[in-house]
Parts: sequence; structure tokens; C-alpha cells
Amino acid sequence: MLTFSIRRLVLSVPTLLFIALVIFLLLQLAPGDPMAQVPLTVPPEVKQKMREALGLGQPIHVQFWKWLVQMFWIEPQVFIDWLTNKSALFGWLPDTDLYTACGGAVEGPCDLRVISWQTRSPVMDIVVQRLPQTLWVVGMAYVVGILIAIPIGIYSAYRQYSVFDQAGTFITMIGFSIPPFFTGPLLIVIFSVQLGWFPFIYDTTHVVEDWDSFVFQLRQMLMPVMVLALQTTAQISRFMRASMLDNLNQDYVRTARAKGLSEAVVVMIHVLRNSMIPVVTVIALGVPAIFGGAIITEVVFSVNGIGQLLITALFANDLPMVMTITFMFAVLIVFFNLIADILYGLLDPRIRYD
Amino acid sequence: MKVKATLLGAAAAFALAPAAMAERGSDGHVNIIYWQAPSILNPYLSGGTKDIESASLVIEPLGRYDENGNLVPYLAAEIPTVENGGVSEDLKTITWNLKDGLLWSDGSPVTSADVAFTAEYCMHPEGGCAQLAKFDGVESIETPDDLTVVVNFKEPKPNPYGPFMGGQSPIIQKAQFENCLGAKAPECTDANFGPIGTGPFVVDEFKPNDVIAMSANPNYRDPDKPAFATLTFKGGGDATGAGRAVLETGEFDYAWNLQLAPDVIAKMAEGGKGKTIAAFGTLVERIEMNLTDPSPDLPADVRATRKAPHPFLSELAVRKALSMAIDRELLVEIGYGQAGRPTCNLVPAPEMFASDNTDCLTQDIEGAKALLEEAGWTVGSDGVRSKDGVRLSILYQTSTNAVRQDFQALIKQWWEEIGVETELRNINASVFFGGDPGSPDTFQKFYADVEMYANNFDGTDPQAYLSMYRCGNEPKPSSQWQGENINRFCDPEYDALLDELSQTGVLEERGRIAKKLNEMLTKESYTIVPLVDRGRVSAHSNTLGGVVLNTWDSELWNVADWYRIK
Amino acid sequence: MTDPMPQTPLNALQEPEITQPARSQWRDVWDQFKHHKGALMGGGFLIFITLAVLFGDLIWQIDPKKLDIRNKDVRPIYTAIWESDAKVSWANPLGTDNLGRDQLAQVLAGGRASMAVGWAAMILTMLIGTTIGVLAGFFRRLDGPLMRFTDLVLSLPILPLLLVAVTLFRQPLRANFGPEMGMFILIVGVIGVTSWMQAARIVRGDILALKEREFVLAARAAGTTSRGIIFRHLLPNVLSPLMVSATLGLATAIITESALSFLGVGFPSDFPTWGKMLADAVPRMQEYPERVMLPGMMISLTVLSVNYLGDGLRDALDPRIRGR
Repeated sequence: MLTFSIRRLVLSVPTLLFIALVIFLLLQLAPGDPMAQVPLTVPPEVKQKMREALGLGQPIHVQFWKWLVQMFWIEPQVFIDWLTNKSALFGWLPDTDLYTACGGAVEGPCDLRVISWQTRSPVMDIVVQRLPQTLWVVGMAYVVGILIAIPIGIYSAYRQYSVFDQAGTFITMIGFSIPPFFTGPLLIVIFSVQLGWFPFIYDTTHVVEDWDSFVFQLRQMLMPVMVLALQTTAQISRFMRASMLDNLNQDYVRTARAKGLSEAVVVMIHVLRNSMIPVVTVIALGVPAIFGGAIITEVVFSVNGIGQLLITALFANDLPMVMTITFMFAVLIVFFNLIADILYGLLDPRIRYD
Repeated sequence: MKVKATLLGAAAAFALAPAAMAERGSDGHVNIIYWQAPSILNPYLSGGTKDIESASLVIEPLGRYDENGNLVPYLAAEIPTVENGGVSEDLKTITWNLKDGLLWSDGSPVTSADVAFTAEYCMHPEGGCAQLAKFDGVESIETPDDLTVVVNFKEPKPNPYGPFMGGQSPIIQKAQFENCLGAKAPECTDANFGPIGTGPFVVDEFKPNDVIAMSANPNYRDPDKPAFATLTFKGGGDATGAGRAVLETGEFDYAWNLQLAPDVIAKMAEGGKGKTIAAFGTLVERIEMNLTDPSPDLPADVRATRKAPHPFLSELAVRKALSMAIDRELLVEIGYGQAGRPTCNLVPAPEMFASDNTDCLTQDIEGAKALLEEAGWTVGSDGVRSKDGVRLSILYQTSTNAVRQDFQALIKQWWEEIGVETELRNINASVFFGGDPGSPDTFQKFYADVEMYANNFDGTDPQAYLSMYRCGNEPKPSSQWQGENINRFCDPEYDALLDELSQTGVLEERGRIAKKLNEMLTKESYTIVPLVDRGRVSAHSNTLGGVVLNTWDSELWNVADWYRIK
Repeated sequence: MTDPMPQTPLNALQEPEITQPARSQWRDVWDQFKHHKGALMGGGFLIFITLAVLFGDLIWQIDPKKLDIRNKDVRPIYTAIWESDAKVSWANPLGTDNLGRDQLAQVLAGGRASMAVGWAAMILTMLIGTTIGVLAGFFRRLDGPLMRFTDLVLSLPILPLLLVAVTLFRQPLRANFGPEMGMFILIVGVIGVTSWMQAARIVRGDILALKEREFVLAARAAGTTSRGIIFRHLLPNVLSPLMVSATLGLATAIITESALSFLGVGFPSDFPTWGKMLADAVPRMQEYPERVMLPGMMISLTVLSVNYLGDGLRDALDPRIRGR
């Protein structure tokens, strides 16, 4: 398993480079223009000059190479500098100064980071800025969703066609087939407009420092988390239930029961472990999606996480931003699918990859 | 510009200031929401409205347009005119005088060097400045003393208020941007995110595409203003959410540009937490007729170019009949309510330039049918008119937007009533309004028979706007499909009149020519079929006072005068 | 499995006429299936809704695209029960929208588009997903390339992909199939191509585990071909997660269609679908809740009935449950 993991990790480097190339070419091929949001009152000659200032006229391979250098050589330098200078974890190391920022007063050679076309600032800074609200809302919703879904799935399967199962099926299926662009405004109308319980414009400047601010954070998170968790719960509980049902009738369960194992041990250890493979797959596929954000929900509640960042970048044809976010997304996908593969092996030792 | 009106307007603006003068910062906090989030606070690097308006809280021009389109001095002591000697008789120079004792928010004095630097910054050839058109024709800028700026133009400028006027060209601080010229402009992230300004607020924290936290400028020129100590400028979400936050829940005090159906806004306003305000500018929703043939069967270098005239839209009777079939009153009622009024003009305002053309306002389905009948277009067995084997079948495209799709459905119905088959298409705005020559779906390429969108002009003078329809300015393969003459309209008489307009300085005469040009495009040729003069609807909470909606400049132009009603 | 055939000397002489046919496997499945109430109800509703959207316009002949501005915002007829002065009319029993289009006609016409897109996209998704999943899981040599390919497709940003698809394919499809059919093919293709990855990874995960199980080893030892093992032994055992994927996929496809039309890749804007009706009605849901309820319920009920149908089928196909 260890050699397998190492081999896959090494292999993932060329894979990711290839993915980056494909994404880059796709973005180049897709119609779009970073000047689309500039008002029509700005004449075309001026727009042409603005495009040139963004470096749009350069050949594709030059643009791709530039991005690669910025992403894999300069951004890590910035990160290492940050680690040794500012972070609590590695702050004790001697301060490094690998990266020379470009700027107004800087003379001589300097390193240009990946710069967004919309904001003219480093993409990674904005991504880092968006992480807190993305993790608070989208990440939390995912965790909550999984924590609710797995017990529901297990119990629904164990008591198949009981009232609990029927009700669970009904609610989860309706929850899944109603899109967030409807559930979001519905919650807003009920809880913000009618009852006035929760704010619905998410305050990204809010800092949690004491109990009261924590309560406020919970209140502003609650609605988007509910909307997102509904979808996650629905999906994962269905897979959990189906997979459990498949295993509950297997011979090994009868054997285990015949051995006199308690029902709890049979269900929670033997059956559950064998039913986890599809669920692990679905969960692993969902984790990168946390980073990708939840575009509709973020827009409805003005959460302005990474999903909103990506969609505004797409609409503004901000290629460096789209490219960087999508690539980070790809890294997470490759990584978590590797984790899923390793988990398969742990869950079912008969699975071998060599 | 009429001097009297200008001066009166300026006087009125001061007189209207709140009588109960509070001291600076006494009204606490104010929340503003824009459903498009600002990306950068330097309007020279981004032409987006959201960026210009958010920056207008911090940096200011020499003068602004007020809610009636009159010029009001901001950093300038007064608006230069020919009458007061500020503009030379030959219309080639304009001399601005700064107010005395102005300070930047960092405490340093504002001088004419800053103004001259602003021009240098934008006119730098490598800068890619979004507001370059404002500095069009500027030959040189002189600074005889610390408070005087002289702008010399290459040729006479009947409208010399391009540079340093209005929200698009505010003054930036030389000391801050000195090293950010040209290609270095995007590297100055700190300056672009937190420009030092003269406006009522200073930036405390800027999260791009998300939120700006601001506080009152300690060095603002009026010691009693602004009334608010801090300000949050939230961006993002959608228009529905922004409207709700002001009108229904009261979480926010001001919401910008609520592009929502009138019944939806009316329902929100029942929430009772705020009210909507509307004002009109020059934005006109129109249908543009393609005078060239967009058929996909044509070779790429001929399709939708003047080499291939349109099979039926090149005929005046057809274009006129299409216009006659439209009920503009109903469109307004469905789509815009108080924020729209039916119009037949491409230039709906200011009054001086707006033609009194109202022929199109009454729908006339029968008249349209008769007109087509007369022109030889007869109804076939499928209900679609045709002549010599050419069917009246139209592809009607626009950008994706709920109101536009409603308009499409209504207009399609009317056109089908007069025997014109209509296919609808809607395209994502970021593609439709983008200029990518590789995409078949841009509004410039116009691979459709008719298309609908809205356009307006900056400031109050329509010359540049009307010049868009000059022959040769059409998008074509040789110009990478860039160009503003979307219809491929070509009339030597029109071009001659345009030349005359550019040499005329007398305002009345300019008005007459502009009206004639407008009529040539609309009621005489039906090349452009205006539908709705679109106003702007914004909303403010019941407790926010001093809001004056302005469509000629930044909506936040008088934020210094805002206060909390107690 | 099969009942012993009654053998009499007389019968033995002639060609035996099968009086009682051999109980086929499918007969057993059906017997089990019809005991499943939820499945029967789900199936019944699905047949009803399919017939309604296919032939409903023969009975309810109002044109769903016809605007009637004077009769806009008509409430459904039942509103009159509690609100006597509500604007209702028997001509529009389910009311009209803000442009006066008849809601009943819209639901019928919209259902036809949504069901067609939903089923076609779901079937396409399942076909691609299962094929790739089985190949990757079963043949070790294909596993690496196919799964890296899956990673690649998962990482592609969907909006640029859509725009490229439109640029490349819309015009030829429109020329060959007409604007609506051409768009249908494009939409189904786009949804199919961008949503098979989950199914593929699930199938692969299960196959990886299943192919090491004793019954597969036994089948292999007995000389069953790979093809036989896949179709007879592996696929039936991944059926349950596939059913769940398919059910969820149907819901996703119906909703995604409306998102696509928002991005300008969908059907022409006057072409009703359930997803689009729902999206259009959301801003007015306080005043006219019926307009969100109607398409919302249709989508939910369809998905719910497919789910129950899937449950019933799963139980019926599982020989361990069957006959209990």
C-alpha cells in the first residue's frame, strides 16, 4: 500500500501538469473577453489597449509558461517567506527572503506573481482571504451533512420500510430535487423577512473573539449551512442506505449473528465497514467541491466564498484567476481520489493495486 | 453647458444640504450594498460601474454632474466656461482653478501637480487606462501655479469637460502613484486597493470582489461632514437580495440599481423598511436591425458584412412594420414600471438634444400588416409572409436577463401576429458583450437578424455616441469585429452632419444637429428601434436622509451629505 | 426454479405443449415487484405523468407560449375557496404567469422537455459512467489511465466547457436538427459528458472489491469469460448504488437544464421547462406560491417515484430477498 501511494503521488505530478495544460487550452478556446464588463461607453480602441496591457496578445505557449513559472516557482517562494516570517508554526525558523515583490518603488529584477485581471492583485492573496468563509459555511455544511446522513442511512437500511425509513426517503428525495436557488430564498423569506431571526447578508468582516460574536457567526451561518447540508445529506444517506441494504442480507452477516455477536457489533462493524466503499467514494468526490464552493448558495446569501470568486472571475473572463482556482481544485481532486483509493484498501484488504 | 443653469444648480446643491447640521461622524455607521462587487478602487484600471462608484467615495474629480446633468465644482473653485473666461474663445484650452486649502486624507496639500499627474497616469501608452477616451484630444497640460491647471486640446473642443470631470476621471495623488506609471500600474496593489483621496471617506480594509470597510476622512474639506463615522460597502449577491436587505429586513441602508421586475420591487417595498427612488439618464433599451445578411451559408468574410445586404431587413417597410407592431407602453409596464418610459429616441435626454419624436408610441398592428401587404409581402399557408421566395423569418438575440426574456416573448407574439416568424436566442452577457472575435455570439458580430440591448453615453453630450454610427465604423473581419456601428448603417448625409456637429460650438445649433441625427437613425430609417428609456431604481432605508439619485455621475456623488434620520 | 413438467404417456408422444410455462426469472421478479406498494405507486405515477406530458396537449389545447397580458397573474382556481375576490378563471384552472401564459399548458409542455432531458441525460450519464467504471475496476491495466481521465474531467470548469461546446456544435446541430431538437442534443450531451464521473468512481470502487470475492474467483475458475463475469456477476451486484446514482442523476439533470438556460446554453427563452418555470417563479414566491409549488412538486414527485420504482426493482432483483 505504501509503494502504491508513493507511486501514485509521483504519477500525479505529470497528471496535474497535463490537466493544467488541458484547462489552459480550454480557457483559451472558450469565447470570452475580459472587457465584457467594461461599459459600452468605453470605445473599442481603448478596450484594445486595455487588453494589450493585460498581456493578451502574447502567444499561448508563452502565456502558459509564464503561468507555470508563477504558480510553481514564485508562489511557493511567497509561501515559504510567509511561513518563516509570519506563521506561528514555523516562525522560529530564520526569516527567509526568497521573493522580491514588484511594486512602485522597486528597482531591478522582481518576481511577478499570478495577477488577477479584475483586481490587478495576486490571485493567491484573494484565495487565502476567501478561505475562512468558505470553510465556515461550505465546509461546515459538508461535515454537518455527513454527520446527519450516515446515521440516517444506516438506520433506514436496518429498519427498511419502517416509518422512519419512509419519512427519511421522502424528505431526502424532495430535499435533493429542490434546487438551492429555491430553498435559499425560501429560507430567507421565512427566517429573515417574516420572522426576522437571522441576517441573510453574510458579513465576511466579522471576527469571532468572544461568545457573543460566536453566536452572531452561528446565526449568520445557519441558513446557508442548512441549504447546503440538505443536499449533502440527501445524497450521502441514499448511498449509505443502498449499500447497507446490499450487505445486510449477505451470508457473512448471518454467520456473524450465528456466532452470537451482538446486533450492534454486527451492524456497526461488520456491515458498516463493508458498505462504506461507495460512501467513501462519494464523500471523497465531495471534499474538493467544498473548495470549489457552492456557487448558487454563496450568491443567494452573499457569502462571497471561493465559489463566488470563481463565478465572477468566469463572467469577467479573468483567466489567471480561473486558471489558478481550477488548478487548485484539480490538485484536491487528484489528492482526495488517491485518499479514497487508499481507504478502499483499508476497508477491504482483499483489494490490491500492485 | 448653460452657465446659468450650472451656477443655479451649484447653488441649489448647497442650499439643499441638510439644515440640521450634525458634526462629523455623529451618525455612526452606514451600510451600502451593491450586488456587483467592486474589484479595484482605481477607476483608471477598470471601467466597471461598480469600481467607479465605490471609488467615488474616496477620490473625487474637479467637478461632477448633478442630478439634472448640470456641472457642479468639487475640487475646482468653479466650473470654467467661455463666459467666465475659463474656456478660451477658440475652444482649445480650459483653465481649472483648485479650491484653496484642499488636503489629501493623509494631510498633504492637493496641488495642480496631482491633477497634471492624473492625466499623465491615464495617458501613459502602456497603462491600458480604461478612461483614456476622457483624455481624447489633450495635447498638453500646464501647471502655472499650485492651484491652476491649463488643459490644451489639439483641436477645438465644443465639450471640453472630458478630463477631470465626472466619476470616471477623479484626481489621484501623485505621491502615491508616482511609481505606478504604465506597465507598473497593476503592481501597485496597495495603492489600487486603497487610494489616498479627498473624498468624504478613507479605505480601512478592502477585500476585492467582496467588501470595503471605510471611515470618515479626517481631512475632508467640510469640517461637519460626513455625518457617518464608518461605512460598510458590501458587494455581491443578487439584485433580489440587495432589494430585500434594504426594503424588507432593513439590514442595509442603500441598495444600488435594483434591476427587478416592477411587481417584484413593489412587493418588496411593502416590507416598509425603505423606499425606492428612480431617476432617468440616457440609457435606452433598443432593438438594433441588422442591415447585413447573417446567414451561416455565406463565407466567413462576407457573412454579416456590408458586402451582403440583408435579404429583407434592408427594406424600410419591413423595419418600420416591425417597429409599429410593438406596444412600448406595455413593455414598460411589464419590465420597468416607474424606472422606464416608452421612447422613440436614441438620445432621450438631455432636453436640448432630445427630439420630440413620438410617432412610434402607439402600437398599430393593422397598419403594420397593411404596410407589409403594400410592399408585396403576402401571407403564406404557414402564416408567415414572404416575397419572391424570401420568408420573413427572424432570429432575435439578446443577453440573458429576466426582463429581456419577457420582452422577447412579448415582441415575438406581436411580430407573429403581423406574419413574421421569430426565433428567440439568449446569450450569456459575458459572451454577448465581450469582444472575442472567435465567438459567434457577440453583439458586435451580430450573427442574428435583430438584437436587443441597452446603451447610453457618458456625461451630457451625445456627439461621441452619435458618431458610433459613422460609415466604416462597423465591426468587420478586417477590424477583428471591433466597431460600434452595430447595424452597419451607412449614409453619407449622416456622416456629413456628424462632421458639422464636431465643428459647431453653439449649443442651440448642436442640439438641432443632434436631433436630426437621432431622427435619421430612428424614425426616418428604423435602423434602430428604441423601446424604453430606462431609468435607474435604487432603494434606501427610511432612516437614511440626504440621498439624491443621480444618473449622470456616480450614484454616491453626494454621500458626504447623507445623514441618519432620527 | 422451474416446476416439474407433468409427464403423461400421451403427452410424451406429441410435441409437449407447454400448458404452464416455465417460471422465468423475470416472472419471479415481477411477482416480487408487485408486492412493493411504493414501487407500484411510483411506477403508476410515472406512467401517468409521462402520458400526461406526451398527450396532455391533445386534451388541454391552449398554446403554452401564447401570451395573454390581460389575463396575467391569474390565481389557480382553488384560491377562490379561501379568498373570494381572488382573480381566478376556469379558462386557466392552474392560473397564469406574469405574462399571462397558461400554467397548466406550461406544466404539460415543460414536463415534456424536462422529462426528455432528464431521462436522456441520466441514461447517457449512467452508460458512460458504468462503462468507464467497470473497465477501470476490472481491467487493472485500464485503471490508471481511465481514472486519471476521470480526474481530468472532474477538474474542468463547466462554464468555459459549455461555451466551447456552443461555439463548436450549436450551428451544425441547429442546421441538421432544427433549433429545439439541436439544443436538446447539445444539452443532453453536455450534461452527460460532465456528470458521469461520480457513477464511474462508485462502480469502480465496488468492482475493485467484488472482483476479489469468492464467487468471481469461482466463475473465473469455471472458465467464464471476462465479459460473462462482468455481465452476469459484477453488474447485478453494483445495481443498488447505480440505482441511487440514476435517481439523483435524474433530479440533477432536470435542474441543471434550467441552470444551463440561465447561462444561455439552454432552450430558447420562451420554451417552457420545469426547471425554468421554477427559476422564473422564485422572485415572486411570496405573492404567488403556487407558481413555485407547481413545477417544484412535479420535479419532486417524478424523482420520488423514480426512487420508489428503483427501490422496488432492487428488491425484486435481489434473489436473497425475493420470495420472502
